[in-house]
Amino acid sequence: MHELSLTQGVIEICQNSSGGRRVTAVVLEVGELSSVVPEALEFCFEACSKGTLLEGASLIIERIPARGKCHDCSKEFHLRSYYNSCPSCGGHQVTIISGEELRVKEMEVD
Amino acid sequence: MCTVCGCSPEDHHHDHKHDDHHDHDHHDHGHSHSHGDTETARKIAVETDILSKNNRLARENRNLFFRKGIFVLNLVSSPGSGKTSILERTLHDLRQKFRFAVVEGDQQTDNDAVRIAATGVPVRQVNTGAGCHLDAHMVGHAIENFDLENLDVLLIENVGNLVCPASFDLGENHKVVVLSVTEGEDKPLKYPAMFHNSDVMLLNKVDLLPHVDFDAEKCKEMARQVNPDILIFDVSSKTGEGMTDWYEWLAAGIRQS
Repeated sequence: MHELSLTQGVIEICQNSSGGRRVTAVVLEVGELSSVVPEALEFCFEACSKGTLLEGASLIIERIPARGKCHDCSKEFHLRSYYNSCPSCGGHQVTIISGEELRVKEMEVD
Repeated sequence: MCTVCGCSPEDHHHDHKHDDHHDHDHHDHGHSHSHGDTETARKIAVETDILSKNNRLARENRNLFFRKGIFVLNLVSSPGSGKTSILERTLHDLRQKFRFAVVEGDQQTDNDAVRIAATGVPVRQVNTGAGCHLDAHMVGHAIENFDLENLDVLLIENVGNLVCPASFDLGENHKVVVLSVTEGEDKPLKYPAMFHNSDVMLLNKVDLLPHVDFDAEKCKEMARQVNPDILIFDVSSKTGEGMTDWYEWLAAGIRQS
C-alpha cells in the first residue's frame, strides 16, 4: 500500500541526490509514531530498487523515539502513542517533540 | 506536460540500466574497487522528508486556495460512517448561501459523485484503483475542472480509510473526521493519528443512539485524549439533528477565507 509509494519516494530522492553514482547504502529516519511498518519498507525497497542506481544497496532504518512535552508542567517524556498523558501531572495537552519523522537522512555512494 | 508536477499524460515510468549513461571514469585510475571499499565510498547528507513531494504539492494547493479565498475541508472516516450523506444534506441546505465544489475519492465507481451531482453542485470523481487514499497530486488535477474564481468552499471526500489519509496532506484548511454511533466508541484510541490530525469530529447517526450500545460521552472523552482541542458536533444526516451547529462552524470558516 503506501509503503510502496513511500519506497518509490525514497528511491527518487536518492537518485536525484546521487549525482549519477551508484548508491550502496541508504539511511532512513522513521519515527515511532509514523504510520509506517519498517519490515514493509525493507520488502518494498528490495523490490523497487531493482534496475535503479539503488539496486543492491543496504537499507538502514533508524527508529526515532517518540517524545512529548507536557503543556502544563513542561516535563518531557517518552510517548508510546498519541494519547499518552503526562506521567508527572496527568495532563493531556502534550506537544510532540519527536517521533513523526519519515525522512532520508543520508546515503553512501560509490 | 502537467504544470503542477511535471508528469506527462502517458505513463512515464522508465527503467534505466545504470550502465547506460553513468560516467565510470573511476575505473580509469588503474585500480579496481570492490563493493564496500571505503576509500571510494562517499556519504551524502540528504535530510529530505520522504513525503516531501506530496507536501510540496499540498503547499502549492494550499497557496492556490488561499489566493482564491477558498475554504477547503478534507473529510475522512471509515467506510460507511455517512460522509456522503452528510455532504448531501449540507449541500442541499447551504448551496444557496455559498458556492461549493466537491472532489470525491473512491477506489472504484462514480456512485458518490452521482449523488453529489444530484444536489446541483459541481463535483469531480477521482478513482484511486488499488490506492487507499487521495494525495495532493490527485486533488491538484481534480480542481482544474472547477471555476476557482467563483468558489467559496471545496469539500474533499477522501477514500473511506481511517489509517492512510492521515499521512497525506491535500492542502486543506482542516481535516474533518466522521465517526458514526454504529461503530466502536473506542475508535479514536484505535486510530489515534487520524483523530490527532483532525480539527473537527462529526459524530453521525445520533438518531440511532436509542438502538445501539454506544457511549457517546466515553467516545468523546477518548477523542479529547488524543486531541484535546478537537471540536465535536453530534449530528444526524438523516434527521438533520445537530446540523445547524456544524453549518455555523462551516460558515465562520468560509467567511474567514
